[in-house]
Amino acid sequence: MNAKATRDAFGDAILELGRINEKVFVIDCDISKAMKTGDFANAFPERRLNVGIAEQNAASIAAGLAAMGKVPFICTYAVFGSMRMCEQVRTGICYPKLNVKIACSHGGITPGTDGVTHQATEDLGILRTMPNMAVVMGADYYATKKLVKKAAEYDGPVYLRFTKDPVPVYYSEDEEFEIGKGKLLMEGRDITIITFGEMLGQGKLAADELTQKGVSVELIDIHTLKPFDVGLVSKSITKTGRVITAEDHNIINGLGSAVAEIIAEMGYGRLKRVGLKDTFAESGDYYGLLEKYEMDSSYIIKMAGELL
Amino acid sequence: MERDIKYLTQKANELRQNIIAMIYKAGAGHPGGSLSIADIITAMYYDELKIDPQNPGWTERDRLILSKGHTCPALYSVLAMKGYYSTDVIGTLRKFGSILQGHPDMCKVPGIDMTSGSLGQGLSVGIGMAIGAKADQLDSRVYVIMGDGETNEGQVWEAAMCAAKYKLDNLVTIVDKNNLQNDDFTDIIMPMSSMEKKWDAFGWEVFTIDGHNMDEILKAFESARKVKGKPVCIIANTVKGKGVSFMENVSMWHGTAPNSEQYEAAINELKAGDII
Repeated sequence: MNAKATRDAFGDAILELGRINEKVFVIDCDISKAMKTGDFANAFPERRLNVGIAEQNAASIAAGLAAMGKVPFICTYAVFGSMRMCEQVRTGICYPKLNVKIACSHGGITPGTDGVTHQATEDLGILRTMPNMAVVMGADYYATKKLVKKAAEYDGPVYLRFTKDPVPVYYSEDEEFEIGKGKLLMEGRDITIITFGEMLGQGKLAADELTQKGVSVELIDIHTLKPFDVGLVSKSITKTGRVITAEDHNIINGLGSAVAEIIAEMGYGRLKRVGLKDTFAESGDYYGLLEKYEMDSSYIIKMAGELL
Repeated sequence: MERDIKYLTQKANELRQNIIAMIYKAGAGHPGGSLSIADIITAMYYDELKIDPQNPGWTERDRLILSKGHTCPALYSVLAMKGYYSTDVIGTLRKFGSILQGHPDMCKVPGIDMTSGSLGQGLSVGIGMAIGAKADQLDSRVYVIMGDGETNEGQVWEAAMCAAKYKLDNLVTIVDKNNLQNDDFTDIIMPMSSMEKKWDAFGWEVFTIDGHNMDEILKAFESARKVKGKPVCIIANTVKGKGVSFMENVSMWHGTAPNSEQYEAAINELKAGDII
């Protein structure tokens, strides 16, 4: 299967955005090579800042630029974009609802070999809790490219999460996306698999195998954790009554929790959450980590077996 | 231009009376640091800033960020005095439904350029605004008022190095050096010795003034306009609680509202200082 890192999609999308929207600024924090912003920097040096290893400063500079009508993209790793500058984002960006985009690579365990210091597995829970913040992760290269462009059009703060490691390409180039509107990829009656970000790869593998075994699977790529597509998800739960969530994140406070909230309020449905089980991961190759920490397709299939 | 120092001094004294009245009525707030910036903020709104109170969103205006947001009674008062909203509003400070939150909210208050209150962030915001203004070829200037205690925050120094890198000569920060912070004197809590040398070493043009001397304040702003290729830091030596003798240099008045007797005494002392 063709695989690409979704941070590459960000680099390509931000360059295109630079051409069509002169309000777009890039704020780098000394990791522009990893963030793939080099082409933007070369094309639009006057709209690109590199503030060095100072993420808190980057966050508040973005607030100032947004107050002047610009559309700044802070470019850093997800651990820093969600935690090092957490309070600057909450108080300085979300509270005044400033039009700042936080573009973060190294989401989840996708900087596999870098280890825990550079793996962001709590970020979704943190960002999801902040009023006014949208939380978005494309499943693959094409989804990410489209969603980055949508984020630039979206009025308000958006947290964008990318992978460092290559992940399977699922969509075609002309697929369209809307922030806050999930993708119903397979329709079924027996069980719903909801994936966030690149976990679509594992979810799809599991769904195909289950289908071969005669299970009728509904597959949803939610891509926007907030605002959450409650309509799509609750409709699917009503139909199947069984849900598996798959996320590259702690099973606490991310996608699994968002779906658990819906199930609890509906008073209907059974749930299994696939993700990191309230633990840190470690250095290792991405697929090896998925297997070791029970986040891969075979574990999703196992969980399906428990629900069916 | 011959400035009317007497008029500005009187306005600053009126501002101090408003500060005391609004904090007394709210039953909470930060009088000490509001009083220490009263002269500076008066000079800014009555002389220095390019603003239009009838058009708070005017694109070409100068921007002011009160990074020490807890001293918003000074800012709220001067905005009312300048006609951004009715002076009746200042009596609603910290009350349910008021536009005047405990710390400034740019979405609620006309004339507030940035939400603030979490210390250490304002100078970085100012960098973003100064760069944004230059990108649009606006000759808007950006002013940031911070406290000396606030400079304990590491982000202040991230911003200090960054503003110099980008040669932001449209950015001025004023350090309200009143030598007190919440818990005690700054030298006891966290000595920030050689404030001038620190900013100078980071690549800023530094002016040190008496922050209660209207003439010196105005001249510092004038000098700041002549600086090219680097940002300007004005270190204003001030007295926390300035103008109300029993509040001066007492850390308790960082964040305490006066009771009715203290309110009367403070207002009477300030009224006695009216010169017009």
